[in-house]
Amino acid sequence: MLRKIRLVATTLCFVLITLLFLDFTGTLHGWFGWLAKIQFLPAVLALNVGVVLFFIILTLAFGRTYCSVICPLGVFQDVIARFGRIGRKLPYAYSPALSWLRYGVLAVFVLALIAGAGSFVALLAPYSAYGRIANNLFQPLWMWGNNLLAYLAERIDSYAFYEVDVWMKSLPTLLVAVATFVVLFVLAWRNGRTYCNTICPVGTVLGFISRFSLYRITIDTEKCNSCGLCTHKCKAACIDGKQHKVDASRCVACMDCLDVCRKKAISYAPVWNTKKQNTTPTQPEDKTNLSRRRALSATALVLMGSALKAQEKKVEKVEMKRDGGLAPIKERKEQERLTPIVPPGAQSIRNMGQHCTACQLCVSACPNHVLRPSGGLMTLMQPEMSYERGYCRPECTKCSEVCPAGAILPITKADKSSIQIGHAVWVKENCIPLTDGVECGNCSRHCPTNAIEMVASDPADPKSLKIPVINTERCIGCGACENLCPSRPLTAIYVEGHERHRVI
Amino acid sequence: MKDQHINRRDFLNIVGLTAATTTAALYGCAPKDQKGSGSKASSPVPTDKMTYRSFPSLGEDKVSLLGYGCMRWPTIPSPDGKGDLIDQDAVNELVDYAIAHGVNYFDTAPVYVQGWSEKATGIALSRHPRESYYLATKLSNFSNYTRENSIAMYRRSLSELQTDYLDYYLLHSIGGGGMKMFNERYIENGMLDFVMKEREAGCIRHLGWSFHGKPDVFDEVLALHDTVHWDFVQIQMNYVDWRHATGNNVNGEYLYQELEKRNIPAIIMEPLLGGRLSNVPQHIMMRLKQQRPEDSVASWAFRFAGSPELVLTALSGMTYMEHLQDNIRTYSPLIPLTDEEKEFLEETAQLMIKYPTIPCNDCKYCMPCPYAIDIPAVLLHYNKCVNEGNVPKSRTDANYREARRAFLVGYDRSVPKLRQADHCVGCNQCNEHCPQSIDIPKELQRIDKFVEQLKQETL
Repeated sequence: MLRKIRLVATTLCFVLITLLFLDFTGTLHGWFGWLAKIQFLPAVLALNVGVVLFFIILTLAFGRTYCSVICPLGVFQDVIARFGRIGRKLPYAYSPALSWLRYGVLAVFVLALIAGAGSFVALLAPYSAYGRIANNLFQPLWMWGNNLLAYLAERIDSYAFYEVDVWMKSLPTLLVAVATFVVLFVLAWRNGRTYCNTICPVGTVLGFISRFSLYRITIDTEKCNSCGLCTHKCKAACIDGKQHKVDASRCVACMDCLDVCRKKAISYAPVWNTKKQNTTPTQPEDKTNLSRRRALSATALVLMGSALKAQEKKVEKVEMKRDGGLAPIKERKEQERLTPIVPPGAQSIRNMGQHCTACQLCVSACPNHVLRPSGGLMTLMQPEMSYERGYCRPECTKCSEVCPAGAILPITKADKSSIQIGHAVWVKENCIPLTDGVECGNCSRHCPTNAIEMVASDPADPKSLKIPVINTERCIGCGACENLCPSRPLTAIYVEGHERHRVI
Repeated sequence: MKDQHINRRDFLNIVGLTAATTTAALYGCAPKDQKGSGSKASSPVPTDKMTYRSFPSLGEDKVSLLGYGCMRWPTIPSPDGKGDLIDQDAVNELVDYAIAHGVNYFDTAPVYVQGWSEKATGIALSRHPRESYYLATKLSNFSNYTRENSIAMYRRSLSELQTDYLDYYLLHSIGGGGMKMFNERYIENGMLDFVMKEREAGCIRHLGWSFHGKPDVFDEVLALHDTVHWDFVQIQMNYVDWRHATGNNVNGEYLYQELEKRNIPAIIMEPLLGGRLSNVPQHIMMRLKQQRPEDSVASWAFRFAGSPELVLTALSGMTYMEHLQDNIRTYSPLIPLTDEEKEFLEETAQLMIKYPTIPCNDCKYCMPCPYAIDIPAVLLHYNKCVNEGNVPKSRTDANYREARRAFLVGYDRSVPKLRQADHCVGCNQCNEHCPQSIDIPKELQRIDKFVEQLKQETL
C-alpha cells in the first residue's frame, strides 16, 4: 500500500515536472510551476525558508521521501533502473556507504556555492541536471512531435498547433546534458541509485538528516530468515540483510522492500515501535567498486562525442530575378557583447550567478528564442540573452514566472517596461541609410519605450536620410531594435548588458 | 506489477489508435482547395463550345473569350533548395488542356515569373502548330529603357517564344510614372516607331498597350490612336473596379466606354482580381451561390468580364487545372449577364468594398523585396483574415480569442518569420512597381502594428 501511494505521487510529480521542461507554450507553468519551486536546492538558493524547513521536517519524520517522490533526477534513475533490471532476478547487492566520497563532494559543493562557482554547483545539482537533460534531449523530441501535429493541423485548417523552431541553444550545455545522461544511465541501469548515494549533494544532506528520521525501514530479526531478497531488490543498496541493518542515510524510502519480503519481516514504522533497528555508517572501503565507477564515468564522458546539428529552419535562397522571387537572407552572426544580458527580474549578473542552478527551465519556457545557456566558464549553462532570433517581447514575463531559485525574481509587465537590463549601441558602419542610401528607421519604429529617435544624418541638411539616436536613459535593452535591424550578418544597433539592472 | 504493465500497454494502444483514427478522420474531412465545386463541376468539360470573338479591325482572328495569362505558372522548389523553378511538366499539361478545350490566346511578358514565363510558355506552345494559337507578349522596359535594351528585349521575346512573329504586342503597363515615363520609354527612344515598323513588316500583327494608373495618361495615349492606330487596349476590368476602382486606378466603366467610343477591342486583365473575386467573404459567396447554385463564385466575375461585346478576351492566370476547367466551363459558351444580374453584381461590389481588404492581386511585381520580405504573402494573409472575419476590432469582440490565434498562427504559417512585415524598413522601392498603386510600406507597417497589438493584447 505504501509503495503504491509512493508510486502514484512519484509518477504525478515526475510527469508534471518533465512536462514543465517540455511545454514551450507556458500553459502548464501557471498550474504546476510550484513543482519546480519545491525543489530542494532551488529553494535553498531562493532562501525559501518555508520549503526548506518543510523538507527538513519531512525527512526527519519519514526519511528521504523527497528523493523518491519529488526529485525528478532520482525518479528518472528509477525509470532507467526499472528497465535495467528486466531479466535480472536479483539485480542489486548491498554495498557499504562511501561516506568520505559523499561528504567530500558535499564539502566541495558547499565551497563552490559560497565561492560563487555557479557552473560547478549546476553540474552536480540533481534537479538542474535533470532539467538540462529534459531541456536538451527531451524538449527537441517534444517539439518535433508538436511540429508534426502542426503540420497535420495545417492540412486540416486547424490552428490548434503551431510550428516552433527547434535549434541548438548551446553546444557545451548539450554536451554536459548528454554526458550526465550517459553517466546516469549506466549507473542507474547497473546499480540503481548510485548517484544519489555517492555524489548527489542534496542526497547527502537529506541522508544525513534521515539518519535521525522517525519513520524508517526496519527488519524484524525474529521474523527474518535472512533470505537476502530485500538486499537484492534494494536499488539504494542500503539493506545489509546479513546484519539485518538498513542504512537510513541512503534509504530513499521507496518502500519496494516492504512488498518483497515473504516473511513480512520488513516494516516502515516509527523508531520507538521497533526493537531492532540499525543505522550504521559503515566503513567506506571498497576500492574496486569505486575505481569501477570512476572508470564507468570516464568511459561515459568519452562516449558522448557526437553532437547534434543545429536544427534550425534554413531560409531558401533565390537569385534576384525580375517579377517575383525572394531575396536571400544572410544568416545573422551572434553579437559579441562586453557584458552579457540577463533577463529582467534577475536584478544583476551577480544575483543571477549566485542563485541560478542552471536548470534550463527559463530557457525551455522562453517563447521568443532569446534565452540560451551561457558558454562562459563561470556562468556555464546559466541563462543569458541574445537577440538573433527574437527579442524580449513586452508582453512576456515567462522566465520570471518559472524561475524556482530566485535567480529571476517575479516581475509584472509593467515592471518589465521600466527595468533596464542593457542599453542599445549604434554601429555606424552597418546602418543602412548610410550603406544602402535608403530610408529605414525600423529600430525606432519598434522601440517599445520610444528611446530611439531618427535625426538627419547630415546636421546641415534636414532632408538628408535619417539615422537613429538612442536615449540610453529610456532604453531598457529589450533588443527589438537589434532583432529587427535589417543589416546582416551584423546589426547596426545592438544591446550591451548591464551589470546591475536599474529601474527608470 | 504484471497488471499494471498490461494496463499501461493497453492505455498506450488506445491513445495511439484514437490519435491515428482522429487524425485520419479529420484529414478525410479536409476541404479541398477547389474553386468550381458543385454538381456542374462533375460534368465533362466541353471541348467545342468555347465562345470566340472577332473584329473586322483584327482581320481573320477568332480569339477565345478565355485568354491564358502566363503570369502565374506553377512552380516547384528547386532541387538545390534555393527558391523555385517553373514546373514545366505542369505548364505543358495546362497548355495542352487549354488548347484541347478551345483556348487559343496566350499572354506573357519578359518579366513574368522571375523572367521565366516566356521560355516556359514557348516550350509548351512549340509542341503545337503555330497557327493554332495567338501569342501576346509585352515590351516590359521598366528599368532600362534605352533603345538597345528595349530592342534586345523584343528580340529575346521572339527567341524565347520560339517564333518569328507575335500576334499581339503590348507596350507594358502604361500609366505608372505618368506621361513623362511613357515618353521616355516609347517616344524619346523611338521604340514606338520601331514597333510600328515591325507591325508593317508583319512581325507584330497587332499593336496595343496595357494600362494601370491615372486617367490622364490613358486619355493621352488613347488620343494617339489617330496616328498610331491601336489595334487593341488591355485594361483592368471587373465588377468591383467597374465603378469602385481603388487607389490610382480608373473605373473600368470609364476605360471601357472610352474604348467603345473609338471601337477599339478591349482585352480584360484582372477579371478576378488575382483571386479576390473568387475567395470572397462567406456571405457574399452565399449571395452569389443562391442565384446560381451550380456555378462557381469565379464564374460571375468571368461572365462580367466577357459580357461586353467589345471584349476580345478575358485573361486569367490559371495556376491550377481546376481553375482552368472552371473558366472553360464559364465560357463554353458564355451566358451574357442580364441587366438584373449586372445590377446584382453592382450591389455585390458595394458589399465587397465594405471589406477593408488590401487590393493586392499577387502579381509579384513588387518582388523581390531587397529586405527579403514576402510582400504579397503578408498582404494576402491579411486579406484572408479580413474575409474570414479574423481581424478583430477590439479585445471585446466575441470571437477575439479565436480570431487572434487564427491571425497569428496563420501568419507564421503563411510567411516565414524573417519575411514578415516587421522587417519592412520603409525604403519604398516596391511602390513604383505596384500596378494597383498600393502604398506597400504603409500597409506593411499598419499590419505590423496590428500584429503587435494582437501579440501584446492591447487592441
